[in-house]
Amino acid sequence: MSYIRPQFRHPNLPKNSLGYTSKDYEGGLSTLCAGCGHDSISAAIVQACFEMSIEPHRLAKMSGIGCSSKTPAYFLGNSHGFNSVHGRMPSVATGANLANRDLIYFGVSGDGDTASIGMGQFVHAVRRNLNMVYIVMNNGCYGLTKGQDSATADEGSKSKAGSVNPFQAIDLASLAMELGATYVAQSFSGDKKQLTPLIKAAMHHQGFAFINVISPCVTFNNNVGSTKSYDYVREHVEATGTVDFVPMAEEIKASYTEGNKALVKMHDGSYLELHKLATDWNPQDRISASMALQQARAKGEILTGLLYVNTDYHELHETLGTTLTPLNELTEKDLCPGAEALSDINAGLR
Amino acid sequence: MKVTDIKDPEYFHKVVDCQYACPAHTPVPEYIRLIAAGRYTEAYMINWESNVFPGVLGRTCDRPCEPACRRGRVEEEPVAICRLKRVAADNKDEVKHLMPQGPFTPNGKKIALIGGGPASLTVARDLAPLGYELHLFCEQKLGGGMMRSQIPSFRLPDTVLNEEVNYILDMGIHTHFNKFVGSLKEVVDGGYDAIFVGTGAPRGRDLPNLPGRKEGAANIHIGIEWLASVAFEHTSKIGKKVIVLGGGNTAMDCCRTSRRVGGEDVKVLVRSPFAEMKASPWEKEDAQHEDIPILDNHVPLSFVVEDGKLKGMMFEKVHPVYDENGKRQLLPTGEADVFIEADDVLLAIGQENSFPWIERDLGLEFDKWNMPVVDETTFQSTLKNVFFGGDSAFGPKNVITAVAHGHHAAVSIDLFCHEKNIMERPNPMTNLVSAKMGIHEWSYDSPVTIDLRFIVPQADKKLTLADRKKEVELGFDLETAFKEAQRCLNCDVQTVFTESRCIECDACMDVSPTNCITFTPNEEEDALRQHLLMPALNKTQDLYVSMDLPTGRVMVKDEDVCLHCGLCAERCPTSAWDMQKFLYNTTKAGK
Repeated sequence: MSYIRPQFRHPNLPKNSLGYTSKDYEGGLSTLCAGCGHDSISAAIVQACFEMSIEPHRLAKMSGIGCSSKTPAYFLGNSHGFNSVHGRMPSVATGANLANRDLIYFGVSGDGDTASIGMGQFVHAVRRNLNMVYIVMNNGCYGLTKGQDSATADEGSKSKAGSVNPFQAIDLASLAMELGATYVAQSFSGDKKQLTPLIKAAMHHQGFAFINVISPCVTFNNNVGSTKSYDYVREHVEATGTVDFVPMAEEIKASYTEGNKALVKMHDGSYLELHKLATDWNPQDRISASMALQQARAKGEILTGLLYVNTDYHELHETLGTTLTPLNELTEKDLCPGAEALSDINAGLR
Repeated sequence: MKVTDIKDPEYFHKVVDCQYACPAHTPVPEYIRLIAAGRYTEAYMINWESNVFPGVLGRTCDRPCEPACRRGRVEEEPVAICRLKRVAADNKDEVKHLMPQGPFTPNGKKIALIGGGPASLTVARDLAPLGYELHLFCEQKLGGGMMRSQIPSFRLPDTVLNEEVNYILDMGIHTHFNKFVGSLKEVVDGGYDAIFVGTGAPRGRDLPNLPGRKEGAANIHIGIEWLASVAFEHTSKIGKKVIVLGGGNTAMDCCRTSRRVGGEDVKVLVRSPFAEMKASPWEKEDAQHEDIPILDNHVPLSFVVEDGKLKGMMFEKVHPVYDENGKRQLLPTGEADVFIEADDVLLAIGQENSFPWIERDLGLEFDKWNMPVVDETTFQSTLKNVFFGGDSAFGPKNVITAVAHGHHAAVSIDLFCHEKNIMERPNPMTNLVSAKMGIHEWSYDSPVTIDLRFIVPQADKKLTLADRKKEVELGFDLETAFKEAQRCLNCDVQTVFTESRCIECDACMDVSPTNCITFTPNEEEDALRQHLLMPALNKTQDLYVSMDLPTGRVMVKDEDVCLHCGLCAERCPTSAWDMQKFLYNTTKAGK
């Protein structure tokens, strides 16, 4: 009997600027099915947080219910976490975020948790531009209840049992863009080279950063005829380009726009360096990005990479003008400033 | 890189670092698992098949396996392989009935074995069951060779040695003890079908030109001769103050024996720096534990003799200087020479071969160092029916090397006596079988323990110094032995990859605790080593490269620090990875 991960790691594991190795960002050993795409996404999250030298206690993992929402147990074991009710992660994340804006909010959800039961919550978190990362581990089926088609299953996609899905799929990336998400990307669990920098950039983004990751369900949706299988996705994937995340400390050597290369300045002074493959697409123009997505879909392709980024739009705290101090650090004096403060406020309303 | 050929038995053999490093290629993890299971008899027999003297080697082996042990690369210390072997030997049941049972049907061939040490005894053990008539000639009164004459009883009790020597002699070997062979020609003319020479490296080096050597001769002894004389009870005491010259294991045995036969102030003096001494680290520790200082960087200048009596020795103090090639020179420090008092001096500065008894006109060629010309594969000399092995073949090594030589020579002798080409060696026996018992269940203990190496307890120093025959090491108790055995990473349970099943989900790559698996485009080896998840910098360890996969990448596994934990196979949805137990037994005569 195994199922026990050895304590030993590679003796030459590199350390990040905090002196941590990637081991310090791991979680428990996954209990998902062997070969699940979600585990690859977890590995990409571990890698991204290690490379960015995130202090584990500065991050909160938020999730709902489903295979995807189990994964926070399998990464960042030293971080905060909240495993909420099915589809209700956005409201819990909103509350937590409003209470303490100093943490990085890392939401993990699935196609059921987001596009079915949680749709009503999801759209409002997007609309408010809540400052969080929201990853959907999208396998097109309800893996935890034996693989029924989910709302993101493509029309015509065949299930393992052989039935063909008659309904149109919800395209979460298009939806997020339509609702005003300020960072929208799409990726594939089998492509960590693309996914890891996308996660890093998403964590730096101030606002709602949405990443839809196609993540094959190896048990129920990896059959011939499925449009979310390893083979199908690999054959139909089309990248917008590659993204490198450049931390702010590093000097930018390339010019702002140089052929197919574009630099996007983030709020904190860091940059995204984009190497565009699709020439008729501008990631900072929502119409262009929507067009690119629609065109890819018409051609039967899955467009991956960074799709859209907007660094001008305010995140929720800025819109509401909330206090800069986390609520748990506010003292009684801050909260009850006394009669004089009250009369000042009253005077302001006269 | 080329696709790895896992059908080549040497590929997986090399992954089992301990077994590969062992000259006799004993299947180490296989017997360690049996020890953990409390099956000591079976563990012993696996050893006995392979290394002939498990009880002896479990106490005295030079342990080439341990520095090679993979565990030493992921934590501080390797598995205590050697001392686990002793656990099997000490706790086994009756084993004789499991050994080949004579009388054996004679095959009409007659072999002479010259020398009674581990090499000759191994040849005897391998050939006796095949029906050979074996005549063993030994100048000593008992078999065992240097295992008896040079390894002191406090490290290797006579009972252990006798038991294992007798297992062989009881197979119907014709022994001729107290018989010094003075002429190879006589043996050649004696009507033998083949002759095996296993006479060791019997001559201890001397310092004939050091001033005072002749005058002090009565108290200056050659280490190995003195040890033999103590072992055979011709010598039972030594002066109170003793100098032992030399830095090898013989020096350690000399100084520790001295402490038991009257030496009170015993010092080891060695030319080289402490860290570069030839002695095994644990033997140096044991000597120091017995209050024997080791003074390094001391070059002997002269024996000081007054009134015909040895008073001590003069030494020059040196320090090592290394040139750009790392070559060492010992240069004087300029400090005053040092006088060290001594009643007796033991010279343990090396030993060499000596073949005065081999006539040079027999057609047996000698090289410029006066060593017989011996083939490294067949151990055949230029006189076709004469074979060499052990220290007498290529100079002083150790018991386990002698055993390995014995096996090879026995194969050659068997082929030779059947008029077959002795260069066409039979293949080793290999077996590869899945260890899978269930989704998360294997036929071996796959979890990796984090226990550090356990220390073998020793008997009270007061007792052991008072009695030369009292064994110092007590051996592991069974509970500790189990825990130590569990430290073994089971490197013989191989990770076997089947390309056609792989769907490239990356699960194995993600779960591997030591990042040993990477899916990447194929390149030349040097580039590939750099581009893995963790660069593969240990070039002594192979990369396992698959055929091209559908995405155009290949699977590359760096064998270096693989924990053989089986997680890659547990996380593989299609069983493209499987853990398969690999057994490798070297070629034996008649098989």
